[in-house]
Amino acid sequence: MPKEGRMSVPTGGDGTSPSADAVGAQGGPRRGRSVLVQMETPNLIPERDLGSLPVLQAERLGIDFGGLTAVDDFSIALGRTEISGIIGPNGAGKTTIFNLLTNVYKPTRGTILLDGVDTANKSMVQVNKMGIARTFQNIRLFDKMTVAENVLVGFTNAMSSSLVADILRLPSHWRQEEEFRDRTLSLLDIFGMRGLADETAGNLPYGAQRRLEILRALATQPKVLLLDEPAAGMNPNETEELMSNIQLIRDEFQIAILLIEHDMQLVSGVCEGVAVLDYGKIISKGTPEEIQNDPRVIEAYLGKQVGVR
Amino acid sequence: MRTQTTDKPVISLGATAGPVQRRLSMPMRYAMNALLVLAFLLVGNLLVDGGVITRYQTTVLEQVGIYIIMAVSLNVATGYLGQLPLGHAGFMSVGGYACAIFLMRLEPVFGVGARDFVTGSPAALALLVLALLFGGAVAAVCGIIIGVPALRLKGDYLAIITLGFAEIIRVVMQNVDAVLGFELTGGAKGLTGIPSYTNFVNTFAVVAVSLFVIHALMKSRHGRAILAIRDNEVAAEASGVNVTYYKTLAFVASAFFAGVGGGLYAGCVGVMAPAKFGFMKSIEILVMVVLGGMGSMIGSVLSATVLTILPEALRAFSDYRMVAYAVVLILVMIFRPQGLLGSYDFSLSRWVENALNGRLPWKDAPVAADPGDHDAKEANVHA
Repeated sequence: MPKEGRMSVPTGGDGTSPSADAVGAQGGPRRGRSVLVQMETPNLIPERDLGSLPVLQAERLGIDFGGLTAVDDFSIALGRTEISGIIGPNGAGKTTIFNLLTNVYKPTRGTILLDGVDTANKSMVQVNKMGIARTFQNIRLFDKMTVAENVLVGFTNAMSSSLVADILRLPSHWRQEEEFRDRTLSLLDIFGMRGLADETAGNLPYGAQRRLEILRALATQPKVLLLDEPAAGMNPNETEELMSNIQLIRDEFQIAILLIEHDMQLVSGVCEGVAVLDYGKIISKGTPEEIQNDPRVIEAYLGKQVGVR
Repeated sequence: MRTQTTDKPVISLGATAGPVQRRLSMPMRYAMNALLVLAFLLVGNLLVDGGVITRYQTTVLEQVGIYIIMAVSLNVATGYLGQLPLGHAGFMSVGGYACAIFLMRLEPVFGVGARDFVTGSPAALALLVLALLFGGAVAAVCGIIIGVPALRLKGDYLAIITLGFAEIIRVVMQNVDAVLGFELTGGAKGLTGIPSYTNFVNTFAVVAVSLFVIHALMKSRHGRAILAIRDNEVAAEASGVNVTYYKTLAFVASAFFAGVGGGLYAGCVGVMAPAKFGFMKSIEILVMVVLGGMGSMIGSVLSATVLTILPEALRAFSDYRMVAYAVVLILVMIFRPQGLLGSYDFSLSRWVENALNGRLPWKDAPVAADPGDHDAKEANVHA
C-alpha cells in the first residue's frame, strides 16, 4: 500500500529534496490565492509544495458503521504548508474523517500516509507522535488544570526526564521544568495568553478555550494540525482574529492545517483548497471560488431547483 | 520547533503587571518544609517520650499515620486518576502480610530480635526498610496484575472488579496455609507474633516520605499526564499521553503505598487477620478520601486524622459513636459535597509568599478554613 501511495507523488520528486522545501519557504506561503496543481490522483496541492512529498495523504478512505457507510472513497493530499478546509452539510462525515485520520476509528477501507508512512494499526498516541495533532468540535480541555499545565501536557512526549529523576527532584528535573515552562509561555504569547498562564482552564471564556486547545495541539509539535470547527461560537471579530492566527501558525511553524468549518467567511478567507463532503463522499474539490460556484455544492446545501437542470 | 525566539522570559509565574512580587527560591521552600516536618517530629517525639501522650494515645497516633498513608495513596487513584477502585484494603493486607512474613523469616538470618526495633539498631532499621519496601513491592505487583485488565473498564465496572479482587485476597490469605500446607499466613486465626516494629518515629518518617514522593510524582510531567487523563481521557490521548501506561502507573503507585501502609499496620497491631481487611475497610478509606476532598492531599491527611481519632474519642459513648460518625458524614455530604477542602491544597511556601507580599488571610476573604494556619506561623518563626 505505501508504494501505491508514493506513486501519486508528482514525478521528478525525490520527495524530501531540501531545495523544493526552500522554494516553498521563499515563495512564501503568504496571504493571497495560490495556484493549485492537478495531481495523478484527484488531489490538489499548492504549487509551492509540489517538490516535496505531501505530508498527509488519504487514499480511498472509507468506514462503515454496521450497514451505514459513513465515509467512502475519500482521497486527499495535503501539501507541507497548505491550509485546507473540509466543508459539508451536517452529518456529512467531516468529524468522522478527523477521527479516521487520528486513528480514533479504524478505517474499513483505504490507507492513510503521514509523511509517506502508513498509519494503519497505530494507536492514537503513536499517530500523535508521528505528527498529527487535533482539536475537538466540543472543546476538550483539561478543565481543572491551569492554562500552562494544559500546554505542558501537550509537551509530555517532548520532555524526557525519567520517573526517578522527577521524584527525587534531581537537577535535570528542574532544568527541564524551567525549559518547558519557558516554551509554554512563548507558545502562549502567540495568542497573547501569557497573562492567563495560571488561570484554571475551565474558567476561561469560550474563545480563549478554543485558542488554548489549538496551542495544546501545537505543543505536540505536529506536522499536520487538524482543527474541528475552530470558529464555532465565535463572533465575527474573533473569527477575523482566528483567521490571521491560523495563517500566523502556518507561517511560523511551517505546518499543514486541515480544518472543518461551517463559517464560509473563514473558509474562503484562509483555505487554499476546499473539499466538499456530502453523505460521506467528496462531491467537489478546488479553490474556495470554484467551490462556491459548483452546482453540485449548491445542490448539496440548498437542494435541487425544480425544473432547472 | 521553529518558534520565534523571543528574548528568554524570566520564569515569573504570574507575569501580571504590578508591584514586584517577592518569591521564594526553591532551596528556601524545601528548607522551610523540612523545618516544619522536623518540628512536628521533634514535638511529637518529645510528647511521646516524655509520657505526655499515653501508650494508648501513641497507638492511635500510629494508626492516624497509617490511615494517612492509606487515604493519600487511594487519593492517587480516585482524586488524581479519577477512577473508583474499591479494593484498597486488599492491597493493604497484601502489603501487611508480605512485610510481616518477610520480617519474621529474616529476623533470625540477620540476628535481629524484636526488641532491636525499639532501640533502633542499624541492622533492624535496614531490615525494616527492606521489609516495608518488600510489602509495597508485592502490593504493587498485585496492582499490576489487577490494574492491567481492570483499567480497561470504567466507573462502576472497575469498582466491582477491584472489590472482587480484595475479596479474593481475603479468601486466599484465609486458606493458603490449609491448601498449600505452608506455615505462611496463619489462616483464619491470623498471623500472630509479629514484632511490634511500628513506633511513632518510623511511622512519622514513612508518612513524610510517602507524602513527598506522591507530591513529587504529581508535580512532574507524569503527574500532569495522570491529571489530564482524569480531566479528559480522549483529549489526553490525542495530546500524546499514553493513557494505558499512566493509568497503570497511578494505580500501581497507589497500590505500592497501600502496601507500605499495610506493612506499618502489621507492626502496629501485631496480628494480621484476614477478616480485618473486608469490604468495610476499603469503604472506610474511601470515605476518608471523599470527605477530605478528592484530589486534595491535605484533605486526605486531615480527614484520615479526624476519622481515625473520632471513633476513638467517642469510645465513651460507644453505643452512639457510629451514629455520630454517620451524622457527620451525612452533614458533610449535604453541605460540602465536594469534600471538606474540595481540591484545595495547602502550600506553606505559597502561604509565606502571600504574607511576604502583604496578602494576609485576614485582610480579604480567607482561603477556605485554612487548617494549616498554625503550621505556617510555626514555620515562620523557624524560618
